[in-house]
Amino acid sequence: MPRPIPVPDELSKPFWDACNERRLVVQNCTACNRMQYPPEKTCLGCGSGKSLAWREVSGRGRVDDYVVVHDSRLRLWQAEQPYNVALIALEEDPGVLFLSNLPGIPVDQVPVGASVQADFEEVTPGQLLLEWRVVSQPQRPAQRKR
Amino acid sequence: MPSATQPAPASMYRRTEGLGIWEHKGKVAAVGIGHSPVDRRWDGKPETSVGAYAIVALRNAMKDAGITADQVDGLVMDASTTTGAEWPAGRPLPEEFVKAFKPGANHVDGISSLSTEWIIANMPELAHVKYTQYGPGCMSNCVCVAAQAVGDGKTKVCLVLKAWDNLEGRYGQGGENAEDTIAGRAAFSNPWGPTGPYLWAHMFNEYTKKYGGNHDQMANFVLNETRNGLLFPEGFWAQHRPEVLTKEDYLSSRWIVKPANLYDCDIPITVAVAYVFTTPERAKDMKQKPVYIWNTTATNPRNRGIIQTLDEGQASTDFTGRKLYEGAGIKPSDLSFENMYDGYTLFHQFFLEGLRFAGVQRGEALDFYETADLTIEGPHPVSPSGGNRGSGRTRIWMHTDCIQQIQGRAGARQITGVKPEIGVSGGPMPTSGNFLIWSATPN
Repeated sequence: MPRPIPVPDELSKPFWDACNERRLVVQNCTACNRMQYPPEKTCLGCGSGKSLAWREVSGRGRVDDYVVVHDSRLRLWQAEQPYNVALIALEEDPGVLFLSNLPGIPVDQVPVGASVQADFEEVTPGQLLLEWRVVSQPQRPAQRKR
Repeated sequence: MPSATQPAPASMYRRTEGLGIWEHKGKVAAVGIGHSPVDRRWDGKPETSVGAYAIVALRNAMKDAGITADQVDGLVMDASTTTGAEWPAGRPLPEEFVKAFKPGANHVDGISSLSTEWIIANMPELAHVKYTQYGPGCMSNCVCVAAQAVGDGKTKVCLVLKAWDNLEGRYGQGGENAEDTIAGRAAFSNPWGPTGPYLWAHMFNEYTKKYGGNHDQMANFVLNETRNGLLFPEGFWAQHRPEVLTKEDYLSSRWIVKPANLYDCDIPITVAVAYVFTTPERAKDMKQKPVYIWNTTATNPRNRGIIQTLDEGQASTDFTGRKLYEGAGIKPSDLSFENMYDGYTLFHQFFLEGLRFAGVQRGEALDFYETADLTIEGPHPVSPSGGNRGSGRTRIWMHTDCIQQIQGRAGARQITGVKPEIGVSGGPMPTSGNFLIWSATPN
């Protein structure tokens, strides 16, 4: 599946480098002990620009929600329509959210509430991309009305 | 000619709570309205370019107000005009266009951008304009900046302009969305394919998960907007595609980003709209009844992550509602009608609830849509302009409608269920934007 390939910059390079080592890291503010993703130049909690450090996290999470894209503006994605875009809440702090396509999950059958584990896929030689895999189903899968 | 125009400084926006009644409450009035024709796309002719339409709208606004151009001393506008696709880099401008207009600050001015320099160069009658300012983003920004400028005495008779061009190509499919690689913040989204109404589809899911309800309950709101749009003669659908939408049409429409369907989205168009803002004293000599501005506010929170959450969105609309009421010195029950932004429809309920419009509390909007009378004949008119959904993608109709309703000039769309005395409009997003309160009286 062709995806837009991320181009690291000074701010994001530590994240993408960690992906290449199959590690998930997020910024953590040592001043207010708050994690954030994607990376920013300052802490969105306390505004500090000097207290942000990269912190490795468990890579465990939960499916928070999903939508199904039927008509994408993104050229590389148009051949994949329709496709799932899920939100993953990080185990250490459910306020930290990640996007995922949950590879292998059928369209519009995403198990909201399921436990997931970070995984990494090669999108181009030399760059791995964060993805997530369902590791256990929720006890009661959410039923989505139209 | 004024020196190079700048975006409005932060000091011109009212961003926080605790500011009290706006110092210029009732001391700024909207009087004239000017619309251009509206087209689906530019056909390449000079006379239908966004620049030409901007000139048409400005002249119509002055004519509507009953003033001459030499009375105008201010111009507030937005320089960006592109709604869907940029003019391709390196592509020559059409020869006929180049012959028809003088150049502006940007080489694509008049086609896919506008500068105050371009407007004034091509409208020599505006020679007395001394004050120019950009209100970047959309008309909501421009009207708030212009209101503050008139109140501050920077201009006595101010033209307010917003224009949109819709060039060839599907909406938003150029630029970085067409690239094989992606840099910057979008590198944390595009690789997973979120697009279009993704954010609001997600937030709608979160909303229904928290409060119950489902997408079908949007139908009455969307049908009401479509009806109102067809009663808006300046709008796209009324002019070009007067199609009646049925509930079945809406419920069976194709998904764009489920749970947002085709009719939850708007249609990009080319159009320009202008207003005349002035002081109450100067308004006395003008042709139309003044509509007084009671407050403006700007909301621009920093959200935590890759996507705004329901909690963040609701906190933001609550914040906007509180600021609007505080600065205007009113309460929710004082609103006769509401015209908050709707492009996409799935987020309009966050505005309604943030305002507590018609007493609607958190989590009640979908039931309100389903059971209340939302029409212009009812006790709580919702989006009488028809919004982006009903009239095309401008983020402007809501402001025009507030002025027209209070002036009693909304024609077949005129509110009859209540006396339209105080209205609210603004956007673009529930999570960020510029908003204002309009009134029939100065206090």
